[in-house]
Amino acid sequence: MARGSDTAPAEATPVREMGRGTRTLLLVLALAALIAAPFYVYPVFLMTLLCFGLFAAAFNLLLGYTGLLSFGHAAFFGGAAYFTAHAAKVWGWPPEFALLLGVIGAAGLGVVMGAIAIRRQGIYFAMITLALSQMFFFACLQMPFTHGEDGIQSVPRGRLFGLIDLNQTLNMYFFVLAVFLLGLLIIWRFVNSPFGMILKAIRENEQRAVSLGYAVPAFKLGAFVMSAALAGLAGGLKALVLQFATLTDVAWQMSGEVILMTLIGGIGTMLGPILGSSIVIALQQRLATSDFPVTIITGLVFMVCVLLFRRGLIGELAHSRIGRAMGLRPPG
Amino acid sequence: MKSLYLTAAAAALLVTPAAAEMTDGKIKIGVLNDQSGVYSALGGTGSLEAAKMAAEEFGGKIGDAPIEVVGADHQNKADIGSNIARQWYDTEQVDTIFDLTTSSVALAVRAISDEKKKITMVTGGGTTELTGKACSPYGFHWAYDTHALAVSTGGALVKAGGDSWYFLTADYAFGYSLEENTTKTVEGAGGKVLGNVRFPIGATDYSAFLLQAQASGAKVVGLASAGMDTQNQIKQAAEFGITAGGQNLAGLLLMITDVHGLGLQAAQGLYLTESYYWDRNDASRAFAQKYKERTGAMPSMVQAATYSAARQYLKAIEAAGTDETEAVAAKLHEMPVQDAFAENGKVLANGRMVSDVYLFQVKKPEESKGEWDYYNLIATIPGEEAYMKAEDSGCALVK
Repeated sequence: MARGSDTAPAEATPVREMGRGTRTLLLVLALAALIAAPFYVYPVFLMTLLCFGLFAAAFNLLLGYTGLLSFGHAAFFGGAAYFTAHAAKVWGWPPEFALLLGVIGAAGLGVVMGAIAIRRQGIYFAMITLALSQMFFFACLQMPFTHGEDGIQSVPRGRLFGLIDLNQTLNMYFFVLAVFLLGLLIIWRFVNSPFGMILKAIRENEQRAVSLGYAVPAFKLGAFVMSAALAGLAGGLKALVLQFATLTDVAWQMSGEVILMTLIGGIGTMLGPILGSSIVIALQQRLATSDFPVTIITGLVFMVCVLLFRRGLIGELAHSRIGRAMGLRPPG
Repeated sequence: MKSLYLTAAAAALLVTPAAAEMTDGKIKIGVLNDQSGVYSALGGTGSLEAAKMAAEEFGGKIGDAPIEVVGADHQNKADIGSNIARQWYDTEQVDTIFDLTTSSVALAVRAISDEKKKITMVTGGGTTELTGKACSPYGFHWAYDTHALAVSTGGALVKAGGDSWYFLTADYAFGYSLEENTTKTVEGAGGKVLGNVRFPIGATDYSAFLLQAQASGAKVVGLASAGMDTQNQIKQAAEFGITAGGQNLAGLLLMITDVHGLGLQAAQGLYLTESYYWDRNDASRAFAQKYKERTGAMPSMVQAATYSAARQYLKAIEAAGTDETEAVAAKLHEMPVQDAFAENGKVLANGRMVSDVYLFQVKKPEESKGEWDYYNLIATIPGEEAYMKAEDSGCALVK
């Protein structure tokens, strides 16, 4: 079987058809696994994985599909966590509205940060996002409502739509799973829309996109705000799951961690960031009881990935023959 | 780990329950703290070792129930800390959690423990919230809190002649609260605060702030911050000759591990308050010597307090004849604390363990007789004066 894009069409079609069938099967299996998972694996841990998976997927929307490396995504993730936690705890809002406030807040931050940052490219873009997110970090450190280094603690999960008691772990899990899938669906729809195509065009050649008559800044801002809002969705959800919001989520290390997650999994793939975040979070939590410093192991994993799997785990898989047979699409 | 479980399981199967009634046939203590980051020296695996030492004093078991001590690294992240705490309680039969450096993690784990009705004994975290709004009938706070350190340093120093102050304050809630508490005691004791300057956390160049402190002419420069910030200020203050010029530095939250890191050359003359120093009396020396043989370093007040708390917890189980939470918590509230850490400790209704705290001055390099010989004792502050009264703590359990 030939590799690459120069495959003869007559030969390629049946392969792709077969791939599509396998892909549907795999998706159904994955969904079944996610539904069955809380009965076998610790549910709160799974929920944490889902939240970070969504966060990394939202980040990847910007890095993988638009080619913008943001170094300030912690502001949206952690900011939304604070907004949601405050609304749920102090104002007593039901979880769905608290979460919505988190998303709106993150999107608002995204508009402000995006509008400033997209005026520059590459490293300058990254540095501006970093600077703005650090400003936000210091604001969070000082504003009374965040309670500084103590964080907002004991956030009530409340009742979803006034009916479903989210304090029941399984109810919470399926709520998180639903939000996670909704988030992924939005990303998938977004990437595969004409809007997403234009973003990819901008990523490949910005000048050409401009010369074709596209209002590039508007598209970039759109992608930035979308990514920020989804990162906020993940952050708000995490605040409800773990019932607190702390400075860890707005610190620059979190912005770095999400880059790590995306790189390990595979930039520009749908599943990559989710796998990557699961690996990073699982390492952090599983190695916590080992005698070896966790940070060193995470660093080693990162080095191995960069040296051996340049495209990330899912990226490499999609490029391999097995991946093609499974119906995975190479990044792009 | 596996073999440990097996041994424990085998032991549980072999023995028939005798005098002591344990809920699951064993007593399991979890030590959860920062084992790889900035606070790993003051707590870290040293705290784990200290808790193990306490368990060994009981011969590794109470009645027929073996005592097991496990540890985990929360990496200063509340997410990780709370996930570990939940899993420990739900699937690994951990009965209680100790240490809990970093206040966000301590508060998060405290909330989970309350929900699961488990005892937490905080020795690493310093926030007064733990015995205030977040207090719990099953929550205990050993070692120190930010209020006690600030108040003791302020009051005792004024008495020792340091009656005019200038503050270098970290620009966030933690710094303000240290400054505010100290200011109150300084003024209450008849001292004056000449001024203050606020710096952003994580700054690296403190020259401008230090020069202002120097120009103020205050006798004492209070460092209302923690960790790297305070260490950098002390180093730079030594370069500016602030101590040499007759002014004194007072660290409001510093421990012996910081002084060890700085070295006597930079830290000499510095005032600080701690609730434990290894070279204070026979009991503290004996414990410290045993600890040093195992770990290679002298214990910090957090590590010594973890030993003390673990020992007290096990004594409470012995006295109650069960490891059931209510009964053990009741005993912990009743029993006085007398060990290498505290001579006359007692537990208040809000869970605060009150024992004496000490104002120390760091020795000059030529005064020090050897490694870890760092402090001169300046004053002993009775626990009742240092810690907030239970009625004033804002704890809902106290009426």
